Amino acid sequence: MIKQELCTVIAQNKIANNIYELTLQGELVHEMTEPGQFVHLKVSEGYDPMLRRPISIAEIAPGLSHFKMIYRAEGRGTVKLSEKKAGDTVDVLGPLGNGFPVHEVKQGDTALLVGGGIGVPPLYELSKQLVKQGVKVVHILGFQTESAVFYEEKFSKLGETYIATADGSLGTKGFVTNVIDELKLDFDILYSCGPTPMLKALESQYRHKKVYLSLEERMGCGIGACFACVCHTGDDPEGYSYKKVCSDGPVFKAGEVVL
Amino acid sequence: MSSLNISLPGLDLKNPIMPASGCFGFGREFSQLYDLSKLGAIMIKATTSEPRFGNPTPRVAETSAGMLNAIGLQNPGLEKVVNEELAWLEQFDVPIIANVAGSQEEDYVAVAKRISAAKNVHALELNISCPNVKTGGIAFGTIPETAKNLTKKVKEVSEVPVYVKLSPNVTNIVEMAKAVENGGADGLTMINTLIGMRLDLKTGNPILANKTGGLSGPAIKPVALRMIYEVSQQVSLPIIGMGGIESAEDVIEYYYAGASAVAVGTANFIDPFICPKIIDELPELLKSLGYEHISECTGRSWKKHEKAAYYCS
Ligand SMILES: Cc1cc2nc3c(=O)[nH]c(=O)nc-3n(C[C@H](O)[C@H](O)[C@H](O)COP(=O)(O)OP(=O)(O)OC[C@H]3O[C@@H](n4cnc5c(N)ncnc54)[C@H](O)[C@@H]3O)c2cc1C
Ligand SMILES: Cc1cc2nc3c(=O)[nH]c(=O)nc-3n(C[C@H](O)[C@H](O)[C@H](O)COP(=O)(O)O)c2cc1C
Ligand code: FES
Repeated sequence: MIKQELCTVIAQNKIANNIYELTLQGELVHEMTEPGQFVHLKVSEGYDPMLRRPISIAEIAPGLSHFKMIYRAEGRGTVKLSEKKAGDTVDVLGPLGNGFPVHEVKQGDTALLVGGGIGVPPLYELSKQLVKQGVKVVHILGFQTESAVFYEEKFSKLGETYIATADGSLGTKGFVTNVIDELKLDFDILYSCGPTPMLKALESQYRHKKVYLSLEERMGCGIGACFACVCHTGDDPEGYSYKKVCSDGPVFKAGEVVL
Repeated sequence: MSSLNISLPGLDLKNPIMPASGCFGFGREFSQLYDLSKLGAIMIKATTSEPRFGNPTPRVAETSAGMLNAIGLQNPGLEKVVNEELAWLEQFDVPIIANVAGSQEEDYVAVAKRISAAKNVHALELNISCPNVKTGGIAFGTIPETAKNLTKKVKEVSEVPVYVKLSPNVTNIVEMAKAVENGGADGLTMINTLIGMRLDLKTGNPILANKTGGLSGPAIKPVALRMIYEVSQQVSLPIIGMGGIESAEDVIEYYYAGASAVAVGTANFIDPFICPKIIDELPELLKSLGYEHISECTGRSWKKHEKAAYYCS
């Protein structure tokens, strides 16, 4: 169920250039059912900024009623969020949307988790849950440059982890797709979150495979009421049928919607 | 005794607070958060005769104390709205105000005729003020004669009272209000969004795919108040006011300007519980200001009132 709650900041850490890891405490953690869901944050009272910001859930610790997010402080809202300190509160609406289906793979299967930039965070909770299920996970994480890389070690503990950077300062130079080609990786399922061009490349390359993609779109309400975040469906790409990224997604099966 | 119940053409409301069209869908999402029967009424998303997909994304952009939207009247079309959405809404004890849109006169008439026959639709809101579609919408809301004729045509077929939603994108709002009054409107709703724009710092391009969009939120409240203040003194129709309302205090300010009920739009995105919160807070605020009933507040900014001295002390 969706809840609105003033959550308490437990910790805020800078973990890479402009990248922050924020831990919040709140009862709504117990409503979080799937990795890949997101929350809608009001980062300050008043109008600066006015709208909520959608941020993915990166890790859940139900025992402590904690959850983590990882975000890039870039614009007005996320910079404000990065100024929050332990003990401060954040107005959280969530959990929102449908996440990655973890029961689409079984014990012993291999899952490929492909993330780009600030699309990497939701893959962490996903990976943890898959590992718990006995699924073999392989991570391919793409970043702009070495100083933007985060969670390499944490992912490595869960499974094989490969890094690609656009400038070649760490790992393979180029895109995540270069890594997959280079390693000739085989897998039973692919989960991905990141920039649209990356999702498009993965979708067209693995048409015959089971692929789940998490999308990003500018949002108003975040709950499905305003039609801000709508995309066409794959079986009716020019027509009237639609899906809302916030409430039908943000995770869709490849082909379900037009990227 | 309630201090909030009101009576307007077609509408006997337990309170004067309702979500504004386009900011509440058809209520399904919010019904998971609270009981919709708590609301005075619901203004549903604009409905057109055929389904519409709307504009490409991005469809929203943030502004100072507001936002731009260019949804483009996306909706599942008349048949689905009547058979699925309105039928579903029947489980709640809440009157529906159906927002009617179209790209030509025949569309408006067709939608008005069919949707006004639905059991829970108690009034129509004629949307002649959508700034985000190429044909229709605002084109009907900026030329007084066109607006009057359309109102007349819709009145002829509607089974319920017709409120006309005015656009602020005109130089003379009173002239528009008078035109639709002459066309037979039963009430006014105002204001729709103001046309605006935002540009991306890196690319230099408009942020919205539609380039321009409608500005809503607290930023437009002073514009709406001024227009309601002017119109309510010149026209005898009841006004449902909207534009940046997000508190019980805002509601009273709208009443003072001349409104008889209010709608809450953008604020639902920031606090999804805002409507029930305002409904809960209003009685206390009215009491503290010395009113027994909210209707005493309508038009206080311009009405001569004997009790003023008493209330101000
Ligand atoms: C489902 C979902 C999950 C996300 N998860 C994460 C995450 O885990 N970590 C992270 O760093 N970022 C994430 N994002 C992107 C994040 O929402 C934006 O970076 C953030 O909203 C930008 O806000 P700002 O104040 O920095 O920028 P501003 O430029 O001030 O934002 C202005 C407006 O544009 C919107 N906006 C700007 N960029 C984006 C974007 N890329 N996507 C959606 N809306 C945008 C803002 O929400 C705001 O309404 C996610 C987006 C979505 C839709
Ligand atoms: C996302 C969005 C969608 C809207 N869709 C409609 C619509 O379909 N029909 C309509 O008459 N007005 C529509 N409006 C305008 C609102 O109903 C309202 O008139 C306006 O936003 C001012 O109120 P506010 O500042 O409280 O949002 C929309 C506004 C927003 C923000
Ligand atoms: S953000 Fe409002 S419908 Fe998705």
